[in-house]
Amino acid sequence: MTNSINDLLARHTLIFTIVVIIFSLFITFFSEPYGNGLISTSFVKTLGKTVCLCIIALAMDVVWGYCGILSLGHFAFFGLGGYMIGMWLMYERTAIIVQEAATNELLPLTETELSNAIGNQIFGVVGGYDIPSIWMFADSLGLQLILVIAVPGILAFIFGWLAFRSRVTGVYLSILTQALTLALSLYLFQNDSGLRGNNGLSGLQNIPGIEYLGQEVISIGFFWASCVFLISIFLLFHSLMKSKFGLIITSIRDNETRVRFLGYNVEIYKLFIFVLTAIISSIAGALYYPQAGIINPAELAPIASIYLAVWVAIGGRGKLYGAIIGAAFVSLFSSWFTGGQAPDIPLGIFTIEWVNWWTVLLGFGFVIITIFSENGIIGFLRNIFVKEK
Amino acid sequence: MKIKFYIIFLYVFFINLPAVAHHDEFNIFLIENSENIIKSSAKTVDSILRDIQSFDDEIVSRFLELWKSKSLYYIKDTKQVVIVNENEESLDALEIDGLTRIGNYSKKEIKKIKPNSGVRAKIDSILVKYQIFNSDINVRQKSIESLKRNIRPEHLEVLQDAYINESDAELKTVIDRLLKFAIVKYSDSNDKKLEIIESFKGDTAIEIRASLNQLLNSSEVKVGISLPNNKNIARVIVPGFTIKNSNGTSGTTNFFNEDVEISINDAYDKLYADNLVYKKRITQEELKKILEQNISGDTIGGYSISSLDNEQSRIAAYNKLVENNLAPPFISENKINEEVNKFIFYSIYNETSSEVTNAALNTLASINFRVQIYKYIDLLIDGLSLASIYFLGAIGLAITFGVMRVINMAHGEFIMMGAYTGYVVQQFISNHTLSLLVALPLAFIITFIAGVIMERLVIRHLYRKPLDTLLATFGISIALQQIAKNIFGTQARPLTSPSWLDGSLSLSDDLSISYIRIAIFILSLIFLGLLLFVMNRTRLGLETRAVTQNPVMASNMGINPERINMLTFGFGSGIAGIAGIAIGLFSKVTSELGSEYIVQSFMTVVVGGVGNIWGTLAGASLIGFLQKFIEWFNPSNTLAAQTYMIIFIILFIQFRPKGIVALKGRAADD
Repeated sequence: MTNSINDLLARHTLIFTIVVIIFSLFITFFSEPYGNGLISTSFVKTLGKTVCLCIIALAMDVVWGYCGILSLGHFAFFGLGGYMIGMWLMYERTAIIVQEAATNELLPLTETELSNAIGNQIFGVVGGYDIPSIWMFADSLGLQLILVIAVPGILAFIFGWLAFRSRVTGVYLSILTQALTLALSLYLFQNDSGLRGNNGLSGLQNIPGIEYLGQEVISIGFFWASCVFLISIFLLFHSLMKSKFGLIITSIRDNETRVRFLGYNVEIYKLFIFVLTAIISSIAGALYYPQAGIINPAELAPIASIYLAVWVAIGGRGKLYGAIIGAAFVSLFSSWFTGGQAPDIPLGIFTIEWVNWWTVLLGFGFVIITIFSENGIIGFLRNIFVKEK
Repeated sequence: MKIKFYIIFLYVFFINLPAVAHHDEFNIFLIENSENIIKSSAKTVDSILRDIQSFDDEIVSRFLELWKSKSLYYIKDTKQVVIVNENEESLDALEIDGLTRIGNYSKKEIKKIKPNSGVRAKIDSILVKYQIFNSDINVRQKSIESLKRNIRPEHLEVLQDAYINESDAELKTVIDRLLKFAIVKYSDSNDKKLEIIESFKGDTAIEIRASLNQLLNSSEVKVGISLPNNKNIARVIVPGFTIKNSNGTSGTTNFFNEDVEISINDAYDKLYADNLVYKKRITQEELKKILEQNISGDTIGGYSISSLDNEQSRIAAYNKLVENNLAPPFISENKINEEVNKFIFYSIYNETSSEVTNAALNTLASINFRVQIYKYIDLLIDGLSLASIYFLGAIGLAITFGVMRVINMAHGEFIMMGAYTGYVVQQFISNHTLSLLVALPLAFIITFIAGVIMERLVIRHLYRKPLDTLLATFGISIALQQIAKNIFGTQARPLTSPSWLDGSLSLSDDLSISYIRIAIFILSLIFLGLLLFVMNRTRLGLETRAVTQNPVMASNMGINPERINMLTFGFGSGIAGIAGIAIGLFSKVTSELGSEYIVQSFMTVVVGGVGNIWGTLAGASLIGFLQKFIEWFNPSNTLAAQTYMIIFIILFIQFRPKGIVALKGRAADD
């Protein structure tokens, strides 16, 4: 019995891995640098970004679908990851530009002159040239990569520890996470936050050191990195959720009090999941924003985190592939509809322009899915195809 | 007094003569004195001004006004003083009364009379007398108003006389105040100044503070070996350390104010400018420039160029140049500090008497203390009105959350719906008072119906699944928001308040409350009362409370929970609609109006504790006051204030997870 379930699960991961790899190879062979150029670089980027969104949807699914914590703050961690990697990208690129410009000067630049010039380039838009102290590691890729993990990790740890310790659960917790996100985005909107206020960080698509490769190659590279990360996260979560640890996690979702009475330290489990998913979200963000090219505080607004929950809910929570399908499906459809590519529907006196009405459709569609199919698209398909035993 | 006498005398003397008669005499006077009027100087003008006072008031003041404002002309041939009407090519010359036409002249034949500033000042001081003692109160008021803007030492005496003669009580107080300012500014007598400065205590008018601050104006930075004994020292300045306070004293830098009055380098430059040190400071830029001028091959002063990428080696290379007499010597940072420390930097008050400046400082301190108290009161009022807005926004949410355990993410969109209802009603009813009276109940009805529909169609299916409700209502929220955007567009729509709500209740120069804020406060008080009445004194309230506490037991007692849920949800939504109108009155109506308030409303509910009106009130007060309080620390940055407030709330929840007013008993088990 146990064996057959394990076989099934093992088959799922295998199928998933093969599908993603074939998909990646397919994209590569039709891309501009390695294939016949049927798929444009910008579309490769869109796909790469979508893969990153699938990763954070996976994290969301684990924290909500498996552990029952409806966090409305995971997109903030995603954004933080983007900011952390963005700091290095922007600093290093500006440093290269400044040094190139300095070759025309008669004397080599001193450290103060260099940092003033970089500061002026980066912070001129918010009226300053001092480099804030939070940028002190920005010249080192290694340290900044550590920050990608450390900053959201520590933030999630402090917040989670405070919240779980005082047994804040359910909608209260959701609202608190939403407040955390709002606080963070409001903070970043300030000009003196040290992260360029509402200008955000830009020019992130230019990767210092490998710019000569060109965007076509870099985009494929990021696409592959995202896919590999997606597979490894899928495998990680899959094995984690299938283990005893995963069973405890799902038990906490189903009846927290009972698990606590059985002697488990529920808070530690929840905290672990919360921090782990926050870190994974952050790494996904660090992969996403170099492909997007720009990050600003609006990306961290509470609404983004709620959309994340919507993707997972539409795809089907409590199933890893449900989250992936939801994120890919909704985000690709969104950009298709709002990009103006979808055909408008004339209704005689009134024409439905999808640019304006897509959000309405999404909103009501989401309500219908929530009411009629608790497990989203996946649950809906299972109800149709898989007969109850 | 003398002038009045003259006026009476002249009046009696000329009373029976036709107006033309003394007008003619005035003309004769002008002809006699034309030479001195045309080429007036401070010396010659005195006698004219003395003699002219024997003529009729009206004509003299008119003449002086024209003279002062450079509107007089003269005909070159006859030296006759005239006024002119400018035509395209020629000029019409008229007599001073503006009635009798003399003739038509070309532009070359007529010249403007331009009295110099000394003459103008003398004319003015006579003119002021004519205006300030005029029998017409409007003329007097006008002249006082013009004096306010531009008061000079010579007005002191006139003002004193005017104060004694003035019969109108209101104008008398204005003159009194103006006279006081004039004395503080120009009087020679320190005793008088001290008396008046003392009398300013407790009066927070802005012009009094301005007058005192003006008295405390201090000089720019001065420097010497020691402090001068005979000067009224305002402050001792420590370069790179002290800041300048607005009252002329010096203070130390603090968290909010980091700008020192003078940096150490600037202080050294000041010493150099005053010839107290003889070597000029070489700035980093100058140093770099001189180094660049002395490049020989790839070295400068024996140092290879590539090694000059830090300040120490640059200075070393520069000193090599100095040794070879290629550059002026470099002053090191230590040397600059040493030199600056040898001297004392200070600033002196423009006012020479230390007694007066001390009195002014003293009075200013007591005024500022009072102003500070007003500011606290203002802060309390701000907090109160913000709290009432949050209360209105959150109370509907609190009811639905308390009774049904339903988080309604679309609550903000009901607020928006109410605001748009107000806007649409205003398009049909142009009288703003009437439209407001129509819009308030209409907004309630519309959002009530919308709430009931939503409860029947969506929420009913999701009881016992609060997280699902949260998401479903979020779906409705984004759909409604987009629909509003599609209908009304993205630009903000105005919801104009009736004119009786414009303006504000002014209590002092620093303290005023806008009527809209008062109205919103009263509105929220009404709602508080109404809700308390409904919940505690009516059948519906009783049933609602029963369902809140234990739905199963309530239904056993014959209460229909479905009906209660529906009505409660409608009721909560209806209140949101009315809150929407209140919010729309002071901010613009946009489709995002609701989402701006929704997180704060949630906070209010969470902090206050669910299912209790008093809890919501407490939560709204805490959040409203707290936000204003944090903003007060750092007024330039409301974004930061919100960030800190949210962090505070997150911490607050740690200590009272169920809010300020927590439900007890079984209802608290969820």
